[in-house]
Amino acid sequence: MKKTSLFDRLRQWDAESFDLTDALRADQMPTERPGSRVWNPEAPVEPLARRREKRFFRLYPILAALLLTVFVALLLTAAFGLPAFGAEDAPAHNEVMQRYLAQGLTETGAVNAVAGVILDYRAFDTLGESHVLFAAVAAVMILLLGTAGEPSAERSPLSEARDPVLTFTACVLVPIILLFGVYVILNGHLGPGGGFSGGAILGGGLILFVVGRGFAPLERWLSLRVFRAVTLLGLCFYSLAKCYSFYCGANHLETIFSTGTPGDILSAGLILPLNLAVGVVVTCTMYGFYSMFRRGRI
Amino acid sequence: MSFAVNLPLFSIVACLICSVVSSVLPGRWAKWLSRLLALAVAACAALVLGRGILTGQTTVYLMGHYPHPWGNELRFGILEPLFAGAFSIVLLLCLTGGSHELERDIATERQNLYYVMADLVLAALLSLCYTNDVFTGYVFIEICTIASCGLLMIRRIGRTTLAATRYMIFSLVGSGLFLLGVILLYAQTGHLLFPNLREAVSALWETGAYRFSLLTAVGLMTAGLGIKSGLFPFHFWMPDTYGYATPASAGILSGLISKGYLFLLLKLVCNVFGTEVFYGGALGDLIFVLGMAGMILGSVSAMAEKDVFRMLAFSSAAQIGYVYLGLGISPKLGIAAALFQILTHALTKPALFLSAARLSEAAKEGRSLSALQGSARADRPAGLLFAVGALSMIGVPGTMGFLAKYSFAQAALAEQWKLLPAILALAVSTLLNTCYFGRAILQLYAKPEQPTAFAPERRGRGSFLSATGLLCAANLALGLQAQPLLGLLERGLALMQ
Repeated sequence: MKKTSLFDRLRQWDAESFDLTDALRADQMPTERPGSRVWNPEAPVEPLARRREKRFFRLYPILAALLLTVFVALLLTAAFGLPAFGAEDAPAHNEVMQRYLAQGLTETGAVNAVAGVILDYRAFDTLGESHVLFAAVAAVMILLLGTAGEPSAERSPLSEARDPVLTFTACVLVPIILLFGVYVILNGHLGPGGGFSGGAILGGGLILFVVGRGFAPLERWLSLRVFRAVTLLGLCFYSLAKCYSFYCGANHLETIFSTGTPGDILSAGLILPLNLAVGVVVTCTMYGFYSMFRRGRI
Repeated sequence: MSFAVNLPLFSIVACLICSVVSSVLPGRWAKWLSRLLALAVAACAALVLGRGILTGQTTVYLMGHYPHPWGNELRFGILEPLFAGAFSIVLLLCLTGGSHELERDIATERQNLYYVMADLVLAALLSLCYTNDVFTGYVFIEICTIASCGLLMIRRIGRTTLAATRYMIFSLVGSGLFLLGVILLYAQTGHLLFPNLREAVSALWETGAYRFSLLTAVGLMTAGLGIKSGLFPFHFWMPDTYGYATPASAGILSGLISKGYLFLLLKLVCNVFGTEVFYGGALGDLIFVLGMAGMILGSVSAMAEKDVFRMLAFSSAAQIGYVYLGLGISPKLGIAAALFQILTHALTKPALFLSAARLSEAAKEGRSLSALQGSARADRPAGLLFAVGALSMIGVPGTMGFLAKYSFAQAALAEQWKLLPAILALAVSTLLNTCYFGRAILQLYAKPEQPTAFAPERRGRGSFLSATGLLCAANLALGLQAQPLLGLLERGLALMQ
């Protein structure tokens, strides 16, 4: 190869006849020595990308294993340096936890301390978290909406050959599952449960129903219009209600929501309606994901 | 004026509501709602900023009835509303300037989803600016991650899907590391809110308890945000992500989203880790070295690119390197310079992406510099705006880019061993910037081989010119008269630390 001066190279680079990236890749170009091989047009030609991929995978697992070993060692050392799990004098057992447990019932009215924390003490995080779900559905719609909109996509083998056992089981189980989901949502401030877990149960129930009976019976009352309206109402109610309560809190005003008698179904101020809002949003998210991935629309 | 304390809350909630409402609106309505929202949010931020300047103190705003350490809080002095306002204005200008390409790249039935994502990005950026709680920070980092993937893959060409996959993997690794860091920090301190964390961390640092775990937590959070903002050597998602997104998205992703993460990191360094932990634990030095490597190697990669959009993307990697360089140099002058660089890049890069898209359109969708040869002669205004942005990137006096580099050099002067490498890296990086941006300008203005081959696009020209013109004008104005802004940054930083 002829030697070129740096200045020449710069000039070539400016005129784009010399490509730095090509020069870096030069060692990966096929080394064809004339006469060493008979050119055979039938022989499968390995594309450059494939060869690079192969080279990559030769080194990649080793490097990845090395990196991960170091990372695991680092994390384990850090974790063993922490206070023991559940130790009495652990830093996490401080005034924060004490107030949540000791005064949570009187301050939020929720028997379930977790609901009190996520929907009252730290409600802004949960507000963000429910919008994470909304963002995820919207992102999936961006990715899939209209890609499988043709009617043929719905007649996948899965939906045509329906298993009678599955259909029967779905019909029996779905009402119970839905009822249980509603119970978990409504019971969120009284015991373990809440909008996120109840919504996941409801969503699972709807998915099971669709697997058993197909989309058609459900579509009569859960169309895209309903889906949008429910999400819109749920999230807007959540945002506005919490905005009001944050505003009152920051300006040291009393809210119109009272904590009521702890233990009653209608108690704990905003927590029950917020659980309902979160519940419908989570239900819609679960069902929306399934429907989008299954047929490209809701 | 006292009512202004409520405005950050209202603007965040307004963004969330508008994003949800946009999901049921037709695209055109969603577009105007989004623009109006960004304008209103900027106005709110201006009021909050005015209040911060007049009172000269930070405000802690309870999100509910419970103060820290029990409830969520917002906190704002001068820097937070300043950056929130700047981010929303740049978002508005990106959406306006790229509106023609948005209509070209996105199918009509999905137009409104774009604005859903844009509003969510704005909500997340505002929350990252205003938050006083690490977990709130994490939640809105998640929103930002999902929304930025949406902004990227809504243009359905194969490469954006590929780029979005890669971006998502990098970004999720970043979020995961950040979350691990938060968990480790919580296990050692029992707190999530900034003021309590700060106290607990400095107490731990003094007693020396959990030293390794503390440093790991700080390192993980820094690494997470570093990966997400494109710190060297984690910048490999940048060229595809910025290079193939629709121009408005490229502007938002490069100019705003990575800056949101960076601003959060700077806040964490000042308000949570404390300078003694961050710089005492050699993390500052590591960031310094990685920043320098990014500055130089990002520029080298940019030199090797023929595709103008990918070149701009690699140049972003270099510019992010500058921010980390500043963060690594020193807690006062260095961070002030980094803040100025964040603003500089947020104003410059969107303008470059938008005008490059215009030029590429004039050259029949050509992307390589040779295909764009002479396109600036066909579309003079776009060429001029590109040139202004490129000059700012090079650091020509009179632009913000010059002042940014100048303040990095000034910050380095106060240091001992960091002085020489920092100045050298600045010099080399500036030289490389001059090479590839100079080449780009020369190519764009060269005489084309076939002068008739260009067809400048007329549609959407007004919105492009006004938006990008504003970005460039702000760049020049602040470059010529930067004293008020620098003074504000200094005062704000003093309030934050």
